[in-house]
Amino acid sequence: MKYVSEFRDPALARSLARAIAQEARPDRTYAFMEFCGGHTHAIFRYGVQDLVPANVRFVHGPGCPVCVLPMRRLDDALELAERHGVILATYGDMMRVPGSGRRSMLTARAAGADIRMVYSTLDALTIARDNPDRQVVFMGIGFETTTPATALAILAARREGLTNFSVFCNHVLTPPAIAHVLEAPGIDPDQAVRLDGFLGPSHVSTVIGAAAYRPLVARFGKPVVIAGFEPLDVMQSVLMLIRQVNEGRAEVENQYARVVTETGNAKAQAIMDDVFVLRDTFEWRGLGQVPQSARAIAPAYGEFDAERRFAVSEKQSRETKSCECPAILRGVKSPKDCKLFGRACTPETPMGACMVSSEGSCAAYYTYRRAETLAEMEAAE
Amino acid sequence: MSRLLRPGATVEMAHGGGGLATTRLVREIFARHFANPILAQGHDAARIEAPSGRLVMTTDAHVVSPLEFPGGDIGSLAVHGTINDVAMGGAQPIALSAAFIIEEGFPLETLDRIAQSMGRAARDAGVPIVTGDTKVVERGHGDGVYIATTGIGVVPEGVTIAPENIAPGMAILVSGTLGDHGVAILSRRQGLEFSTTIASDSAALHRMVADMVAAVPDIAVLRDPTRGGLSATLNELAEAAGVTMTLDEAAIPVRPEVAGACELLGLDPMHIANEGKLVCICPADRAQDVLDVMRSHPEGRDAALIGTVGDRAAPGTPGLLRMTTLIGGTRVVDWLAGEPLPRIC
Repeated sequence: MKYVSEFRDPALARSLARAIAQEARPDRTYAFMEFCGGHTHAIFRYGVQDLVPANVRFVHGPGCPVCVLPMRRLDDALELAERHGVILATYGDMMRVPGSGRRSMLTARAAGADIRMVYSTLDALTIARDNPDRQVVFMGIGFETTTPATALAILAARREGLTNFSVFCNHVLTPPAIAHVLEAPGIDPDQAVRLDGFLGPSHVSTVIGAAAYRPLVARFGKPVVIAGFEPLDVMQSVLMLIRQVNEGRAEVENQYARVVTETGNAKAQAIMDDVFVLRDTFEWRGLGQVPQSARAIAPAYGEFDAERRFAVSEKQSRETKSCECPAILRGVKSPKDCKLFGRACTPETPMGACMVSSEGSCAAYYTYRRAETLAEMEAAE
Repeated sequence: MSRLLRPGATVEMAHGGGGLATTRLVREIFARHFANPILAQGHDAARIEAPSGRLVMTTDAHVVSPLEFPGGDIGSLAVHGTINDVAMGGAQPIALSAAFIIEEGFPLETLDRIAQSMGRAARDAGVPIVTGDTKVVERGHGDGVYIATTGIGVVPEGVTIAPENIAPGMAILVSGTLGDHGVAILSRRQGLEFSTTIASDSAALHRMVADMVAAVPDIAVLRDPTRGGLSATLNELAEAAGVTMTLDEAAIPVRPEVAGACELLGLDPMHIANEGKLVCICPADRAQDVLDVMRSHPEGRDAALIGTVGDRAAPGTPGLLRMTTLIGGTRVVDWLAGEPLPRIC
C-alpha cells in the first residue's frame, strides 16, 4: 500500500530503535503522554513499546472522544432517542458505550429506539431529508478533527432550510485538556502525573496547526512533538522528544509536517468560529470541569441546537464504581491498575468507556497486550 | 417468457401457500435452474444412494445484504458456503438442500436471477441441489430473501480433521488474500458506497481440499475464515487446542485495495469475512507440499505460510493468538467484539 507501507518499514524501525536506545540516557526515565487515543492504538497495534528501552514509558492521555464524554451526556442522548422519539444519528464508536444502568445505544436500539450509525454528518443530513416528518438529532462528538464536519452539516441544514435537523453538541478542545492534565487543579501533587513531554495529536493538529501548542509549551515548559499515526512516526517523534529532554529544550516540533502546518486549516477554523461558541466550562470524564474546553452551538444557529429544541431532564448519572477510567484518562493510572480490567470489564461486557472505544487505552491493553497485562496484574496481587 | 416471470411481477403470499402458485414458482424458477436427476424424482424427500464410509453434514443460513454484490450473490454464496463447510471436514460434498424464505413483494426477476446463479454454482461445483422448500413471509418480515442450505459429504478413508490434532510446531497456512468478500460487501452497503475493483472471493474449495488431503492425509485442521475473519477462526482453534499461535504479519496476504479500504474505514483485514479461503494447519515438514497443491488451483494461487503453532498454553489459561508485527513488535490478535464499528477520527 503506497504512502502507508513506507511508514511501517521494518528496517527503518530497527534503525530508529537503535537511535532511541543510544539517545535515551540509562540513568533516568522518560514519560511521554500520547494525548490521542489513535496514537495509543498505533503503539499497541504495532508493538512499538517492544522497540524502545524500558525506561521510555508511554502515558496514555485523554484524547479519546467517547472516553471523556461524561455519562450524563450519554444518558441525555439516550433520553432524546427514547423519550422524544427522535432519530438519533451517531458515529459507531458511541454505540456500545455504557450509560447509567448499563444501558447503551445498542440496548436502546434493541428496545425500539431509532438510533442509526452514520459514517459522516452528511449521512445524518440525508436521514433528515428522507424523513421530513421526524426530528433527526446528530450526536456531535469529538475533538477538533470532527468538529468542522459538524459545523458543515449545520451550515448545509441552514442553506437547505431543514427544520427537522439538530445537533446534540459535545465537541471538545485539545489544548485546554493538555493544560488541565499538567495543571492538575485540586489534585495532590504526589497524585498528579509526571510527564517529560507530549506526543501531539495528528489529525487534530491538521486543523488547529502547530502554533496552537506554543502557549502551552511556554507556560509549562514541556516539549510537544506533533506525531503522525504510523508506527515509524511515533518512533521518530519519541526520538525527537528524548533529544529535547536531553538537551534541556522545550519546543513545539512537528514530525508530521507532511500534513500539519504551522497555522492549520484556516477554513475549518473559520466555520468552527462561525457556528460554535466556547462553553464557560464542560465536564470531562476523568478531568472533571474544564474551563473553556468545549463548544456549544452559537446563538445565531440556535435552531439547530438539540439542547434548545428538546428539554432534557437533569440527571444524577453516576459513573460505575471501581471503574478506573477517570484516573486512567488523567494518565495517573494504567489499565492494569483497575481491578475490573479483563475480568468484569472486557470489550464484550464493558463497564467503562475506555474499554469500548477503538481509541480507549483499556481497549488497547485488552486487545493487543492482554496476556502480559493480566500476568502483571496477577504478579502484583 | 413464462407466465410467472412477466415484467414487474413480484412474489405474493400465494407463492408460499402450497397451492398452484407455489408449484408454478418451484417449477419455473427453482426446478428449472437446479435441474438434476435426483431433484427430478419430485418426492418430498430426495433419495440418494448411500455411500460407504463416514458422512459429514452441515447447515448454513444466508442473510447477506445486499443480495447481489461484486463477485457473487446470495445464491452462489449459499452454495459455496455450504460446500466449503463440508469440505472443511476433509469431506467431498455429494448433495445440497436449499430452503428459501422470501418476503412478499420481492421481484420475481431478482429471485430468478439468484436461483440461476445458485444453479450455476452447484453445477460448476458438481454438487446437485436435491431438495428444497419455499416459504413467503409478509412484507416487512424479511429482507428480500433468506436462503438456508444443508450439505452432506463423504470423508475419505484415513482423513481425520479435528482441532485436537493441532500440535506445537505445526505450520499455519492460508489459501489466499484476506478480506476480499467483506470489503466487497461493505463497498455496496447502504450509506457506505465506495467505488472499488474488489470482488468477493466466493468460491467452492472442495476440489482443492480433495487434492490437499490426498497429498497430505495428516493435515490437522481445515477451516474457512468466514464471519469474524482469520482472527476469529484462529482464536477459536487456539482455544480449542489449548495452544499459543504466532502469526507473521508481513507474511499475511492482503490485496492493496483491501488494505486501503480497511485503512480508510478503520477496520482490520484480520476481522473481515472471507467466502473462498481456507486456513490449514499441518505438520511443518509437509507445509511446502500443501502449499504446492494449493497454489496449483486457481482458488489457492496466493496461498502462504503465515505462522506457527507454539507451545501448549499454561494449564487454566486459554489458548492465545499472537502476532509479530510489521515493525518487529509483538501483540495479541483479538476476536472482534460486537460488529465491526467504524472509528470516529
